[in-house]
Amino acid sequence: MSLISRFSIIAILSLSSFAARADINMPVGVTPISRDVYGLHMLIFWICCVIGVLVFGVMFYSMFKHRKSKGAVAADFHESTVVEIIWTAVPLFILIAMAIPAAKTLIAMEDTSDAEVTVKVTGYQWKWHYEYLDSGINFYSTLDAEHNAARQVGSGIDVSQIDHYLKEVDNPLVLPVGKKVRFLHTSADVIHSWWVPDLAVKKDAIPGFINENWALIEEAGTYRGKCTELCGRDHGFMPVVVEALPEDEYNAWVAANTPVEEVKITESAGAGTAAVAASADADDDREWSLDELLAAGEGVYAQQCASCHQADGAGLPGAFPAITGSAVATGDHAAHIDIVYAGKAGTAMASFADRLSNSDMAAVLTYQRNALGNSVGDTIQPSAIKALR
Amino acid sequence: MSTAAAGHHDHDDHGPAKGWTRWLYTTNHKDIGTLYLLFALVMFFIGGGMALIIRAELFQPGLQLVDPLFFNSMTTMHALVMIFGVVMPAFVGLANWMIPMMIGGPDMALPRLNNWSFWIMPFAFLLLLSTLFMEGGGPAGGWTLYAPLSLQGGDSFAFVIFSIHFMGISSVMGSINIVATIFNMRAPGMSLMQMPLFVWTWLITAYLLIAVIPVLAGAVTMLLTDRFFGTSFFNAAGGGDPVMYQHIFWFFGHPEVYILILPAFGIISSIIPTFARKPLFGYASMVYATASIAFLSFIVWAHHMFTVGMPLAGEMFFMFATMMISVPTGVKVFNWIATMWRGSMTFETPMLFAIGFLVMFTIGGLSGLMLAITPADIQYHDTYFVVAHFHYVLVPGAIYSIMAATYYWLPKWTGNMYDEKWGKIHFWVSTVFLNVLFFPMHFVGLAGMPRRIPDYSLQFADWNAVATIGAFGFGFSQLIFVWVIYKCIKGGEKATDEVWEGAEGLEWTVPSPAPYHTFEKPPAQYS
Repeated sequence: MSLISRFSIIAILSLSSFAARADINMPVGVTPISRDVYGLHMLIFWICCVIGVLVFGVMFYSMFKHRKSKGAVAADFHESTVVEIIWTAVPLFILIAMAIPAAKTLIAMEDTSDAEVTVKVTGYQWKWHYEYLDSGINFYSTLDAEHNAARQVGSGIDVSQIDHYLKEVDNPLVLPVGKKVRFLHTSADVIHSWWVPDLAVKKDAIPGFINENWALIEEAGTYRGKCTELCGRDHGFMPVVVEALPEDEYNAWVAANTPVEEVKITESAGAGTAAVAASADADDDREWSLDELLAAGEGVYAQQCASCHQADGAGLPGAFPAITGSAVATGDHAAHIDIVYAGKAGTAMASFADRLSNSDMAAVLTYQRNALGNSVGDTIQPSAIKALR
Repeated sequence: MSTAAAGHHDHDDHGPAKGWTRWLYTTNHKDIGTLYLLFALVMFFIGGGMALIIRAELFQPGLQLVDPLFFNSMTTMHALVMIFGVVMPAFVGLANWMIPMMIGGPDMALPRLNNWSFWIMPFAFLLLLSTLFMEGGGPAGGWTLYAPLSLQGGDSFAFVIFSIHFMGISSVMGSINIVATIFNMRAPGMSLMQMPLFVWTWLITAYLLIAVIPVLAGAVTMLLTDRFFGTSFFNAAGGGDPVMYQHIFWFFGHPEVYILILPAFGIISSIIPTFARKPLFGYASMVYATASIAFLSFIVWAHHMFTVGMPLAGEMFFMFATMMISVPTGVKVFNWIATMWRGSMTFETPMLFAIGFLVMFTIGGLSGLMLAITPADIQYHDTYFVVAHFHYVLVPGAIYSIMAATYYWLPKWTGNMYDEKWGKIHFWVSTVFLNVLFFPMHFVGLAGMPRRIPDYSLQFADWNAVATIGAFGFGFSQLIFVWVIYKCIKGGEKATDEVWEGAEGLEWTVPSPAPYHTFEKPPAQYS
């Protein structure tokens, strides 16, 4: 018996150290809720382990002792009211004991009152949009361009050389440490789910609904997560990155990024267009050259369109139409502008009216008409888009 | 009687018709059972092939083999094929073969309906699988077909919905037949509480199917009209509600989970007593536990939806109701172990698979208990931890019970003993690879890997490589299963009528192989 108890102590200790490894267990996280959730997870895990050891222990003992080859003769009992009542009642008590702390944590998780910062998180296919309701800061957050290039089928890039592969974005969500942050989740197209394991925050982003959630981050750092609700082709490629800053750094960030007046949303556009975007407002009225529009449009296309319509414009027949040779992309300006500006109901083609600046939209439209195998030869000017707004 | 006796078409025992039309026109429960089982076996390899495509892509990080859209359509199709094309038809096949023989009836109560229920299935699946070759590809929104994502698919979506309707019609007709058979065809004097548990669990399963398949049919029809006829049941912009789809779907979906496991409980309750040479412990409590699980299955559906933003009271209710399921399920596991206790056990292949079921289904049940804890579920939800959980209850659960049943009753079906050595090899190789395949999924899930992704971050690379090795090992070891069945059909040591030393029940009183018609005169032992 002492041998068995010694063995089981070793087993439990090795299991404990195994369970503490970050690559095989839930992270403890950095919020009071995430610590509670981790505690519940480990409690129920150990309860399950104990049940497992008891049940399998009895079962394997029986399998070794009560086998015909060892001369066991079958008894013929087949019921016992007392035993049956015991093994119905005991699990019930364990469940009640478990339900109490679980219910407490759940109540705390749902209490979004008294938040100091509110961020509206909108899911798009396949990016996130963050809007700070207090300061008006808002931007898109998309998979980092280097990662995006590496993850294409047959890219030939060794992804094991990329830090935080598929968990890096162009614009992370910046949050303060030590303040209760409320999230409002919604979606512009299909259902997504915003998850950061270290914050124990996971909530579905549902079109037409606004869900609430909250986190109080206690340690500065970068916390990475993913979309967890299947949302189409690039579901695996819309990471969440949260950068938690100490309060003073956060305040400085807010001050530096708060929009002075109405500024367009251009931060999600490709690197090549960043310079163009900076002076976009004044640029909307001037006449752009074809080359200028093509240069800007290439980056926007790669960022916004290539996921569905493919990098070469061939599309995926039946699912995503081709741009190359498309009647819309080589035809009338108004129809071409309309499908990008307003989207097409009942399909994955979303409205880009809020996602692209006038110049970016004009650039990508012109690019579609004069690249990817098309050569209409005309331009669509930012002023044409501006006229629609 | 005298007019019917005209010509050669009299009421004496006659064998099966000759040629392939035997299978097309058959109304014989044994023929139809065989058709269902062979159909399930073929679909098992098709669905398994899809799983191997998934695992091959996930072998290492980066996208090597398939487009993400095709990957999504593989995960979707793999689930639809395995659930509707493998587990359900296999259970119906077993019900067809065994229920009439277990209750001492001559055939199913509605033989022509029986023929029709089967022959709808191949066409339903041709329709479903053909979408993979259509423009736009197969369904890629997950087997749950959540709106609005599923509505973004190509026009092939109409075929998917049509095939789901077909499968549903087949299941409902099969269930009506099983209910009618159990209530009308029992041997004189056999009371409900004298029926074997496999019959009991199927009776309850049949009621679940009749109750929930129409709900699924309604849900997918609303998807159809949303997609093609301009309605807005699930479109928020048109005044609809995407979450409503999930409520309706899971009101079907959770009972469906038990549809996939209750007949397995019946099979295990037949096999363990035989090889423990001891009557089943707690027969009555087994029946009540099955009925309790069936009842609870209707009031726990929203535990699949803890992240959609339900009111706190709703989350509490579904958490407590879900935890309650572990009580009757625990009773079943304890009863099986008590059946083994102080028995005289031998470990032929059916018993090995039954024990494999008992151990690994319990592991899946324990992770299910963890998933019931709502705050923790919010972390587990839609990760590989869930994938590990439901594969533990479906593969070593439902699939192992079907394999156990096949080895257990194969001598009765064919008249020959299967190759015991290769049966045992099949069990051990499958069991080792199965755990290599599914156990690491717990780890990557807890560490933060979402499900339904074709590519993943580097920290998950090692365990995914391990799982893929397990998948290929498990997949190819199923060829042993086919080979053992083939050999057994072809020949082998002749089986006795009892087949197993400790076997109890009417099916063991008829010759091996079971004649084309059995119990034309009802057995007398219950009257």
